[in-house]
Amino acid sequence: MSVPDQGRPGPRTSGGVIRHRGITATNDFVVKFANVNGSGSASANELFARSILRMGVPVSPRNIFPSNIQGLPTWYEVRVTEQGHLGRRGGVDLMIAMNPQTWDQDIREIEPDGYVLYDSTRPLPPSRFRPDIHAIGVPLSDIAAGKFADPKERQLLKNIMYVGVLAYLLGIESEVVAQLLGEQYKGKDKLIKPNLDAFETGRSYAEQNLAGVLALRVERRNSVGDRIFIEGNAAAALGAVYGGATVCAWYPITPSSSVAEAFQKYCGRYRVDKATGRNKFAIVQAEDELASIGMVIGAGWNGARAFTATSGPGVSLMTEFIGLAYFAEIPATIINVQRGGPSTGMPTRTQQSDLLACAYASHGDTKHVLLFPEDPHECFEFSAAALDLAERLQTPIFLMTDLDIGMNHRLCAPLRWDDSRRYDRGKVMSAEELEAGKDFGRYLDADGDGIPSRTLPGTHPTRGAYFTRGTTKDAYARYSEAGPDYVYNMERLLKKFDSAKKLVPQPIVRKASQKTPYGVIFYGSTSPSMNEAIGTLEQSGVHLDRLRVRAFPFPESVDRFIEQHERVFVVEQNRDGQLRAMLVNELQVDPARLVPILHYDGTPITARFIVKAIKDRMAGANVRPLKGGKAA
Amino acid sequence: MTYLAKPKLHHPTLPANRLGYTRRDYEGKISTLCAGCGHDSISASIIQACWELEIEPHRVAKLSGIGCSSKTPDYFLGNSHGFNSVHGRMPSVLTGANLANRDLMYLGVSGDGDSASIGLGQFAHLIRRGVNMTYIVENNGVYGLTKGQFSATADQGSKSKRGAVNRDAPIDMVSLALQLGVTYVARSFSGDKEQLVPLIKGALNHRGAALIDVISPCVAFNNHAGSTKSYDYIRAHNDAVNRLDFMPRRDVILADYSPGEVIEITQHDGSRLRLRKLADGYDPGDRLAAISHITAHQARGEVVTGLLFVDPSADDLHDHLNTVAAPLNRLAEADLCPGAGVLEAINAELT
Repeated sequence: MSVPDQGRPGPRTSGGVIRHRGITATNDFVVKFANVNGSGSASANELFARSILRMGVPVSPRNIFPSNIQGLPTWYEVRVTEQGHLGRRGGVDLMIAMNPQTWDQDIREIEPDGYVLYDSTRPLPPSRFRPDIHAIGVPLSDIAAGKFADPKERQLLKNIMYVGVLAYLLGIESEVVAQLLGEQYKGKDKLIKPNLDAFETGRSYAEQNLAGVLALRVERRNSVGDRIFIEGNAAAALGAVYGGATVCAWYPITPSSSVAEAFQKYCGRYRVDKATGRNKFAIVQAEDELASIGMVIGAGWNGARAFTATSGPGVSLMTEFIGLAYFAEIPATIINVQRGGPSTGMPTRTQQSDLLACAYASHGDTKHVLLFPEDPHECFEFSAAALDLAERLQTPIFLMTDLDIGMNHRLCAPLRWDDSRRYDRGKVMSAEELEAGKDFGRYLDADGDGIPSRTLPGTHPTRGAYFTRGTTKDAYARYSEAGPDYVYNMERLLKKFDSAKKLVPQPIVRKASQKTPYGVIFYGSTSPSMNEAIGTLEQSGVHLDRLRVRAFPFPESVDRFIEQHERVFVVEQNRDGQLRAMLVNELQVDPARLVPILHYDGTPITARFIVKAIKDRMAGANVRPLKGGKAA
Repeated sequence: MTYLAKPKLHHPTLPANRLGYTRRDYEGKISTLCAGCGHDSISASIIQACWELEIEPHRVAKLSGIGCSSKTPDYFLGNSHGFNSVHGRMPSVLTGANLANRDLMYLGVSGDGDSASIGLGQFAHLIRRGVNMTYIVENNGVYGLTKGQFSATADQGSKSKRGAVNRDAPIDMVSLALQLGVTYVARSFSGDKEQLVPLIKGALNHRGAALIDVISPCVAFNNHAGSTKSYDYIRAHNDAVNRLDFMPRRDVILADYSPGEVIEITQHDGSRLRLRKLADGYDPGDRLAAISHITAHQARGEVVTGLLFVDPSADDLHDHLNTVAAPLNRLAEADLCPGAGVLEAINAELT
């Protein structure tokens, strides 16, 4: 037991020595920072995560933040993972407890034999600690008060001081931190020295007072490789730049605002005409989501590649327009960074709960193409692909990312672009074709794939003009309420949706190390935790073939995968098993074969959760784990 | 019901403009609105204005929302692309279209329900952004397609066909637009083609958002006793009330009057429309005076028409966004994609 010895500065371990050993780990542990929102902790905490990354050890950081600008609790959780498990692990090995408001909750969350590092300037009674954790007290406020005169600076640099303390305790190289600070404050050089001073103050305090109190270590490795560290929202924005989007209309909403902001930033760098200083893009912050999707549809109708970024409540507002774009067949790209719903829900928490709302958005019979990126790399790939698909299919395309991918830095494969790649502008009839007398039926299925041709406004003085409308029409875009005309279009739209199956990103199937009747289907941000869980389950003899769905409509291989397995777990981050509902609905499979595994409390799903849930289901169904291909 | 084809027989002596197009080349399908509807007169004025302006018919994009007025783009400029969007949302669709291709002329057609009721937000934001377009509100104070409910421009105290009294204050699109920074604003009357055609021509040639609020009588649902826009209200106890449900054939009233004159138009729908032409000395360059003038006259039950304010040096949304001169929809990979080399450099920064 290590109860803090109150009343004097110094390590708050009993006698400065840990009685029984705390958690011992190298390059594999979780550190969580509990801070007050708006106290400047974010940059210090990110500095901590990046410094470990620079030592060649993968990290997976996550912001757990309130819907608030200043004053409410906020957390930053860093999983240090040499093995490269980038999903949230669950549990905390070392808590940096800087927020008195959440102290008790933070202490509870620490793993047995774990650690808490705290500001010991004001004494805390032993009852506020746990007997099975190790407390490391540092009088941060005291030291900062003696060192920094300006109160605001004191607050900010106190954060850097604890990074210094951690650097010493964990073995983070000072040179790496110094280099990162230099990069961070490039051009604002006078900020570097006070930060370095604060870092060194914390570090040397720890060196003098805290030797040997922590058995967690960071050791230099070469496990990061050429991977990059980027937020999904920034990657999606870059995909839009590379994919040729010229019009972005958006309305601010957490957690998607940084998509448009990043698009603005990258366009400012790469899309300004050098000769004239004028912009090869237009970004409008609309008055609401109705207007933002309206602008995207107007621009798409007129031949520009256009997108919007939003989240659940925005999609709700957009649904009437989405129905129009579906029925009138207008390209539109919608990046939906999902958050917890329904209603305002959990604006700063993650979920995958907009699948049904997006797949069947609008009144009447509709189906929309959804893409499910697993990480920022795929956010980039799929956002560029969405712009192609939107024009090829002349319909709304949803990029279904979420807060976990969108607003956290994630380690992922570097972004790639092939300079020989050409944008797929879809079937657009030219003035020459019209002049030559080619038959133009705006809603005519001339090629048998359900995809008609369109013309752009202003193409030809007397041919190819048509009237776009949300009402029913015949194959030549003439107003018609005749049943056969309506049915022709509705059936053609289904055929077009079927054609989409071959155009969207195909699922990725990975077989278990041995033959198994069990499979698992998952998608999006569940990916890293699922992959980690598969490894853990294999060790305990549970073998699962896995299929990662990357798009809706579901290609044939999804159907085959389900057919090939007796039982398929469908792992999702929503309450109602929305993907499962779509699989049942679209593929005519027996619902009993699809077992939902659902995590929806707003925190990112963990491997621990998946492992336990699948084991419980197996046990509940009296299914024995397989060993060597036979029931054990 | 299906679409109505228009006979293609042309009168051999129809005059052609310098591009060689006759008025017929600017027409659309046969209107399906009620005979005598003011909106058809506006369509005719648009056709006339475009023909006279010698605009290539396909260089106009015409957009609308939902409602009787929003159907009309099908009835003019048949060689132009049209877009009948969703209720109250024409402004955002037009804004996006305009961003995509700044080289076309944009004509938005809407109604009082579409723009003042459900679409007031989008109307306001289009005006304040200065989207380069002509915005025609075909204003009759009622919902026609749903059979006679009040719109937000209906006068306070006026009675619906079913007898309900409108207690809410009306929205005046012109005054509102002036407050929002509109740079060309006019009000006209669908029966006064002589006044309207030049206003449309001026608007099409204006850079920035140009609004024309056109009072356009509804022959079917605003022709009854108790309506403050009714014939009876102006001419008490007129027999016209007894012809409430009468749908006249195309007999659009053409009002003709000289400057400064106030006229009560006793039109077929019985609306009280007292139109005043611009007074001598009225300064269409003075925004505040315009608002004050309109408000004062409105209080007396008069409707001020004409070109009410214009700022000929206005800029537009593309100026605000500093976009390139070429239409954005014409830019290709070489203009838009930074390429693999740049991406390598971006990757290198992200470690």
